[in-house]
Amino acid sequence: MHEMSLAEGVLQLVEETARRESAVRVKTVVLEIGRLSAVEPESLAFCFEAVTHGSLAQGAVLDIVPVAGAGWCMVCSATVPMEELWGACPVCGSHQVQATAGTEMRVKEIEIE
Amino acid sequence: MCTVCGCGAGETRVEGDALHPHDHPHVHADGTVHSHSHEHGDDHAHSHGDAALEGAHAHVHTHADGTTHSHGHVHAGDHGHVHRHADGTVHSHVHGGEHARGHAPGVGGDLDYGTGPARAHAPGMSQSRMVQIEQDILAKNNTYARANRAWFDERGIFALNLVSSPGSGKTTLLVKTIEALRGKLAITVVEGDQQTSVDAERIRATGVPALQINTGKGCHLDAHMVGHALQRLQPAEASLFLIENVGNLVCPAAFDLGEQHKVAILSVTEGEDKPLKYPDMFRAAEVMLLNKCDLLPYLDFNADLAEENARKVNPKLTVFRVSATSGDGMAAWLDWIEKGLEAQRGKRAESVDALKRRVAELERQLAAK
Repeated sequence: MHEMSLAEGVLQLVEETARRESAVRVKTVVLEIGRLSAVEPESLAFCFEAVTHGSLAQGAVLDIVPVAGAGWCMVCSATVPMEELWGACPVCGSHQVQATAGTEMRVKEIEIE
Repeated sequence: MCTVCGCGAGETRVEGDALHPHDHPHVHADGTVHSHSHEHGDDHAHSHGDAALEGAHAHVHTHADGTTHSHGHVHAGDHGHVHRHADGTVHSHVHGGEHARGHAPGVGGDLDYGTGPARAHAPGMSQSRMVQIEQDILAKNNTYARANRAWFDERGIFALNLVSSPGSGKTTLLVKTIEALRGKLAITVVEGDQQTSVDAERIRATGVPALQINTGKGCHLDAHMVGHALQRLQPAEASLFLIENVGNLVCPAAFDLGEQHKVAILSVTEGEDKPLKYPDMFRAAEVMLLNKCDLLPYLDFNADLAEENARKVNPKLTVFRVSATSGDGMAAWLDWIEKGLEAQRGKRAESVDALKRRVAELERQLAAK
């Protein structure tokens, strides 16, 4: 989806932190992107490279850590793995599953010098 | 503390609870422009440009008592450069680029020096190090959205964010909704489109105030834009605030605007499988309007299947089948709006009552002195 504006959001967080730390260069940016989040990692990586051009983070390695999806099945009363946001419970087949993990989109940490 | 020279923290000023951060640009001695975050009560925040920060840059401090001093700047957690200048003091820092590079921040405000690979910041040693951020990518938008939501709650305003693909009949639906309700309640509208103010003009023709936001290249409205719209429009207390988002079933799902509910509109001229194809939006919405139902006899569209698909994505979804053109089914939708506004007015009444009790309590204390 709006990977370009997300990439800009990432750069904003990275630059704020890098400046606060008086860094001269950002070497690595580590993101946590859930499998159920509305982000396409490949597209985000492409946009990240574009928006970081000319910034402290130019040339930084983008490390995207995927987070597996999980949800609470109301029928099974149990946490079950989820492949898709709208997917059925793999145990009972019910759609009454509330996602509990895998929807995150976070900047975890950066490596600077 | 640095394990090589033993230098430690200078004076660090932290104002933790900045709900409305506001950036101020500062011009430094070397010409770089740098911005700081300040807390400003109810002010709306703006982001200003910030030039690249290379090497050391000096801030000069002049305190109210006339003393001027400088100190090493230590960066902890996520305090940023937050200063409160309420007492009129002018305050600034000396940042040493080389000096600070060896300092790694701890999480939660702890200061931990020398956590870099070299555990030092002596010149010439490797200073590559990891800094924890642990922040949501949408954190900035969400901060603005929280401010908008608080603004709505304090004033008992019921705000709805209408989302759909282009051509689902959002604007016609809005016009009909406004025509039915404008005699009973105050309504204000924000229209989001990439270009043109055609939609805002259509809304203004109904007699209610409307503001067009053109997103230019953007594919969605964000909470910052809506915050500006609120300042411009100043919707009445206890009124209905309708936001027609950019016609797009993907991006607006991720951007909270501070609304009470997202309302997704699906028209019967689209496919029944749309909720399955674009699940994020139908999951983010509390209500789905199945629009253009007057056309059902002429189409091969299974309305039950469309509802079933939408509930697969979002079991809690409330669905109304409507036709903005014929008016069929509109009564239930209008009733839902009126009930929602009533609940929102109740919130305001509660906060007003709480304030009145507090004022009475303070007056009693004052009288006792």
